[in-house]
Amino acid sequence: MSIHMQREIESLKRRILALSAEVESDLRAAVQAVEDRNPKLAQEVINGETRTNSMEVDVEEECLKILALYQPVAADLRYIIAVLKINQDLERIGDLAVHIAERSLTLCEQPRLDIPFRIGLMADKTRKQLKKVLDAFVNQREDEARAVCVGDGEIDDLNHEIVAQVKAAILERPALIDTFLYIMSIARHLERIGDHTTNIAEDLIYLIEGRIVRHTAEVSDKIRKADGVRP
Amino acid sequence: MAAPVIQIENLNLHYGAFHALKNVNLAIGAREITALIGPSGCGKSTLLRCLNRMNDLVPGCRIEGAVRFEEKDLYARGVDVCGLRKRIGMVFQRPNPFPLSVFENVAFGLRVSGLTDRASVNAVVERSLRGAWLWDYVKDKLGAPALELPLDQQQRLCVARVLAVEPEVILMDEPCSALDPISTAKIEELMLELRAAYTIVIVTHNMQQASRISDRSAFMLMGEMIEAGGTLGLFTKPTDKRTEDYITGRFG
Repeated sequence: MSIHMQREIESLKRRILALSAEVESDLRAAVQAVEDRNPKLAQEVINGETRTNSMEVDVEEECLKILALYQPVAADLRYIIAVLKINQDLERIGDLAVHIAERSLTLCEQPRLDIPFRIGLMADKTRKQLKKVLDAFVNQREDEARAVCVGDGEIDDLNHEIVAQVKAAILERPALIDTFLYIMSIARHLERIGDHTTNIAEDLIYLIEGRIVRHTAEVSDKIRKADGVRP
Repeated sequence: MAAPVIQIENLNLHYGAFHALKNVNLAIGAREITALIGPSGCGKSTLLRCLNRMNDLVPGCRIEGAVRFEEKDLYARGVDVCGLRKRIGMVFQRPNPFPLSVFENVAFGLRVSGLTDRASVNAVVERSLRGAWLWDYVKDKLGAPALELPLDQQQRLCVARVLAVEPEVILMDEPCSALDPISTAKIEELMLELRAAYTIVIVTHNMQQASRISDRSAFMLMGEMIEAGGTLGLFTKPTDKRTEDYITGRFG
């Protein structure tokens, strides 16, 4: 029975990794579409949504099947639970990438702006965070997962910065309010992606250490202390 | 864990040249269910049988170390073994009622210990059968041969037989391995019910059974106690790699 379960878990592993790759590539393309004002690329991301959705449903069904048929325990149980939750976060990240792509379609029709919003930098950081946590998942690295939890602070800071810039810009050039709001909405989506990425990191720590670290200051505080990063 | 009622300390057991238990330490909490798990031949039944000196009669069996029951060593000189087995009763793998009536099976231990007053015997038999959730099934056929009962009722009759002599601890050696899933569920429910008043130690091969019913689990391998702790912790995040390998089925 155990060999059967191990086979099922291996197959589940392949599925969740395929979904990770898909979502990561969607986010990369959505960000690219914003930066390059590329409507074709944006449309590709939007069209891909059904595929990620069905992959997410498949992963969940596989998890339920393993739980029902094999009653896994210990590391196997933690793996299934972590995958169930990571699966949901990945699906949400996929949705948010689609939202960004939709915003970028509208932005393509607006005039190009000369105001230096650091949306490109924020997008780049968000993408790297996602890549880092997915690599940590593949390599089972809880130290990397903890670093991801801390790294989210930078994305939040950039979001605040962009919101403040957008407010000022609207006052200065009210005619362009739509464009500014689209930019703010992209920043907001990126910030949410950062949060889902942190959730994945926390689930990864649970998977490896068997401890729930969500809603505890423990994860970030430790690394801040170690790195001398400001709280 | 609850205050320990039994303390196993540096217990070593040899069957002739075979070292069956190697320096085993374990505390059994009062009014808790402790499950002993491990592969066949790991020594879990041997350990269970040490708790009421069932190994005494095995030829060539040699025991060192201590098993303290309420602070006193069971293996000290002058311990009344029959009295001990009343306080620490045992239910075996296969239901083994005596070839007597349902009533006489439960009354047997009472008669051995000298209780003859009919009304008192009747009262204890009824209370024990109720305690084992069997009364409603057998109250109209107390004179019927016990061996004609269905297997799970026979097993519950064996539990009632133990309860009759008012033990403090009940040892169960794979009590469900001869039973179907429905009967197993009944015995498990009974164990959870009995936990309110008795300390239970169970040997089981069934991981799910250990995780369903026990408060604490102890994993043994080749005569050694590898890991013992709260069942939830042991089945979600065992600390020893060998425990992990065994409970996830990667063993061997």
